[in-house]
Amino acid sequence: MSNVPEQLRYTAEHEYVQATGDGAVVTVGITDYAQGELGDIVYVSLPKVGDTFDAHQSFGTIEAVKAVSELFMPVAGEVVEINEALDADPAVVNRDPYGAGWMARVRMADKSALAGLLDAAAYRKHIGE
Amino acid sequence: MTTVTAPARSSRSTAAPAAPDAPVSGRQTHFAARHIGPRVDDIQAMLGLVGYPSLDALADAVVPEDIRLRRPLALPPGRSEREVLQALRAMAGQNQVFRSYIGMGYHGTFTPPVILRNILENPGWYTAYTPYQAEIAQGRLEALFTFQTVTAELTGLPIATASLLDEATAAAEAMALTQAVSKQPGPHTWLVDARCHPQTIAVVRTRAEARGITIVEGEPDSFTFDAGVIGCLVQYPATDGEIRNFRDLAARAHAAGALVTAATDLLALALIEPPGAWGADIAVGNSQRFGVPMGYGGPHAAFFVTREEYRRHLPGRIIGMSRDTDGRPALRMALQTREQHIRREKATSNICTAQVLLAVMAAMYAVYHGPDGIRRIAEQVHSRAVLLANALRRLQYRVVHDSFFDTVAVDVEKWAAARILDAARARKINLRQLSPTRLAVALDETVTLGDLADLITVFSRDDMLPFMLDDLGVTQETAIPAALRRTSGYLSHPVFQKYRSETEMLRYLKRLESRDLSLTSAMIPLGSCTMKLNATTEMIPIGFREFNRLHPFAPQAQAQGYQVLFSQLEDQLAEITGFARVSLQPNAGAQGEFAGLMVIRAFHAARGDTRRVTCLIPTSAHGTNPASAVMAGMRVVNVRSDEQGNIDVDDLKAKAAEHRDSLAALMVTYPSTHGVFESSIREICRVVHEHGGQVYMDGANMNAQVGLCRPADIGADVCHLNLHKTFCIPHGGGGPGMGPICVAAHHAPFLPGHPVVDLHHGAPCGTISAAPWGSAMILPISWAYIALMGSEGLREATIMAILNANYIAKRLEGHFDLLYSGAHGLIAHECILDMRPFKQSAGIEVEDIAKRIIDFGFHPPTVSFPVAGTLMVEPTESESKEELDRFCDAMIAIREEIREIETGKADRERNLLKGAPHTLAQCTANQWDRPYERERAAYPAPDARSHKVWPWVSRVDGAWGDRNLVCTWDGSYSSA
Repeated sequence: MSNVPEQLRYTAEHEYVQATGDGAVVTVGITDYAQGELGDIVYVSLPKVGDTFDAHQSFGTIEAVKAVSELFMPVAGEVVEINEALDADPAVVNRDPYGAGWMARVRMADKSALAGLLDAAAYRKHIGE
Repeated sequence: MTTVTAPARSSRSTAAPAAPDAPVSGRQTHFAARHIGPRVDDIQAMLGLVGYPSLDALADAVVPEDIRLRRPLALPPGRSEREVLQALRAMAGQNQVFRSYIGMGYHGTFTPPVILRNILENPGWYTAYTPYQAEIAQGRLEALFTFQTVTAELTGLPIATASLLDEATAAAEAMALTQAVSKQPGPHTWLVDARCHPQTIAVVRTRAEARGITIVEGEPDSFTFDAGVIGCLVQYPATDGEIRNFRDLAARAHAAGALVTAATDLLALALIEPPGAWGADIAVGNSQRFGVPMGYGGPHAAFFVTREEYRRHLPGRIIGMSRDTDGRPALRMALQTREQHIRREKATSNICTAQVLLAVMAAMYAVYHGPDGIRRIAEQVHSRAVLLANALRRLQYRVVHDSFFDTVAVDVEKWAAARILDAARARKINLRQLSPTRLAVALDETVTLGDLADLITVFSRDDMLPFMLDDLGVTQETAIPAALRRTSGYLSHPVFQKYRSETEMLRYLKRLESRDLSLTSAMIPLGSCTMKLNATTEMIPIGFREFNRLHPFAPQAQAQGYQVLFSQLEDQLAEITGFARVSLQPNAGAQGEFAGLMVIRAFHAARGDTRRVTCLIPTSAHGTNPASAVMAGMRVVNVRSDEQGNIDVDDLKAKAAEHRDSLAALMVTYPSTHGVFESSIREICRVVHEHGGQVYMDGANMNAQVGLCRPADIGADVCHLNLHKTFCIPHGGGGPGMGPICVAAHHAPFLPGHPVVDLHHGAPCGTISAAPWGSAMILPISWAYIALMGSEGLREATIMAILNANYIAKRLEGHFDLLYSGAHGLIAHECILDMRPFKQSAGIEVEDIAKRIIDFGFHPPTVSFPVAGTLMVEPTESESKEELDRFCDAMIAIREEIREIETGKADRERNLLKGAPHTLAQCTANQWDRPYERERAAYPAPDARSHKVWPWVSRVDGAWGDRNLVCTWDGSYSSA
């Protein structure tokens, strides 16, 4: 069984969105289920701070030994911080996807977009658990 | 096409082959019975298990009636091995071996005999497959690691790949990398040195046109890096020999954010400044002159080296160091997520098969000679070139360039050129003519002082040597400018010192060989790869000097034997596929795909139909298909598969209709990649044609068609053939391959052309490979196979491939689930076994099962293609019933081992499968703390005791190596 924390919001493409202290900024990463499916992660390609994305737009790629997957932006907005530690230690995404394995912090263009995401129950159903 | 006629058989033996319709039982003396594994009694027993009275009845049940070829192929009956060798000797005898001073990337070389006999002529090396299973491939992985080290150190750049197909395609790949990393907004321009080899420029132009890149040709001094210019390509030394200083060029390019690619020469780099040192970002070239015969164009290994920051954009295989579960150094293919089999239409390149066997030879040439030996060879070549230049000057010629390595360009009067070329021909010497008034002479390690005397005589006006060579003096003079002399060392790792005596070299080669599983040890049942017999008779002609010593651009009058071979092979392949014309140029299957799509593109364009750019590709296709389509400038639209693994015809109809205005082609594999003869194939072809598209048939599974049905009759317009699958060219451990294309008459004018050799096609789609007939030297293998088998033998082989696969499927019934089957529950030539249920029931992944198969002494089947979590098994016709049974017994035993986990008898984490493969060192260590017996780990089946290839390392940690890429020898790892 994968870990699907109650307080987060999710996309069908297995990204999560986590609130930060700043109500307009959210943390984005991939779910525990996604890291388990990918296996040993060896590389994460992230955007630059200042890049802006629409919702569902690809903002990077994540590579395991025999799989590669695109990362899709859950909500429209501007990247204000990226997790530079992933460059030296991409495996942290496997170990701690909801903590040290986060990928980007995004200033949302429209906070109401969060309402369109899946809650924990809906995501659990989506992954069949 | 021309009519197919039997080749002349003046020397036929009295032992006439059996009549074409004779059953297998009457043919035990025929070669087909050597090629086909099961004996007559076995065949009856196997048919009994599968449930059919005869081979023909089985074929009738498997292949849909509406596509059956109901006549024998119009090919001569099979001939004996003696007859075929005689015929090939006669053919080779029609070639003439001249001394070749043409250059252009192909040079005379002396293959050290210890390498010739123990690698090129050794099935232990040439019958291995691409090293997907690292634990039983450490030998060739080590050799490829050495190849990467040689190319990286000589070019002065850190990140090397384990070979590409030829220098020209490597240059085109450099252009693709340059575009992929460029931050320039399009449209893009790539600047190309007018003094690159002409075949390189032609291939680059073809690829650039499809990608929408503009090529501007000129002298590098005049290059300007304006907006949109992503980079440039230079030849170093130039095709006419001059060594130019590109330091300023590189600085100018980098200031504009552009990349510099140098096409270069490994032997020259022993003496001249490496490209990495003057600022090149990418270096490519041909390693042929490191001991690989010219072979009338190939196969040879090209190299590709670049900077650290571009490592995720490299084309093709990279061998990287990692570690096994015991923490020992272990090699494996690194960063595979770049590649087409994972990233499909987003891959950096379509390359799959490369040139492993030839890269191994080149690497071992460097190991054999060492850094001092390589330098000595380079110095000798250079000093003879200087001697030649001095002699020419003394004869009052103008030597064009003062700086050169091995190639001397010389100006001659127009009236004198013909006389000089005639005089050369009379002495069996080929020179290169650069223009009506300029000739070039490229020297190599085989050139003796006697050869030099002949050359000087050719240039002397009275056809006599006008002075003694001694008069010219053995000089320390050099024609390498001081600023471009190499100061850095190379090949300092102990591997380039330890094996310099022949005894040590021989043992090193044998040691590496013994770590790898090849067909000499056991079946390699890799689905889709067709690891069949590569018969010795088929391989022998490679050793004929009349086949292997020809330069690809030698005058055709000297290659009459080759021309006969090409024309006969083309006719045979046309008959087998039902098509009108054949091009032998593509030198790998993926190259064939690209060539075929370029032909289709040219066909549409010639009709003014330039909008046709959509390529429909089933989701089950090989990754090369979408990658090739993108390279050909097409847009990929995926077509779904249904639950049976067949193309979803409704989805196909919907997509074809939706894209009817832009539909260029459908790419379809037949039988499907799921190993089934789809009964709707005719309808599929009809739908595509109705919407204005052409059907491209991927020939990967042609081994199930030969003699039973033909791509053209089914409705395809173009197909490629993997001669290294169906037609017996060995896989070489990951290349060479050959991927000729066969086309219907309406596509014939568009077949690939060549800038140096006129191939007489009306409106060629471009140039696909560096050499006009691809890797010509290995074509006698396929010719020999067809000649040995004959029409009926080929058909029998196909049905036997189907019987062997169905026999395995039947024997494993009840133990494993078969994922797909066609009519009557039968499969074609391969079967997909579902391993996914064991993840839930026992925590066992498909990878664990594959690794446990290694403990039994087998190479595992194809893992997770075309369906994740499955194994795809293709036994081929060449495996005997005994070997099939041995494999099935192993699979059934593994199923029982899984059951022990399911029932709780074995631990879910620490068990025979999770611990596999087990090395000899583990099984014989004093310490054994696993909860299962070491005897079961080591010898899971009784026959493994008599012989098995032990894995040299335990399971390799792929992730660790991908996170810490090391692709050349360094101090942290020493050769064992």
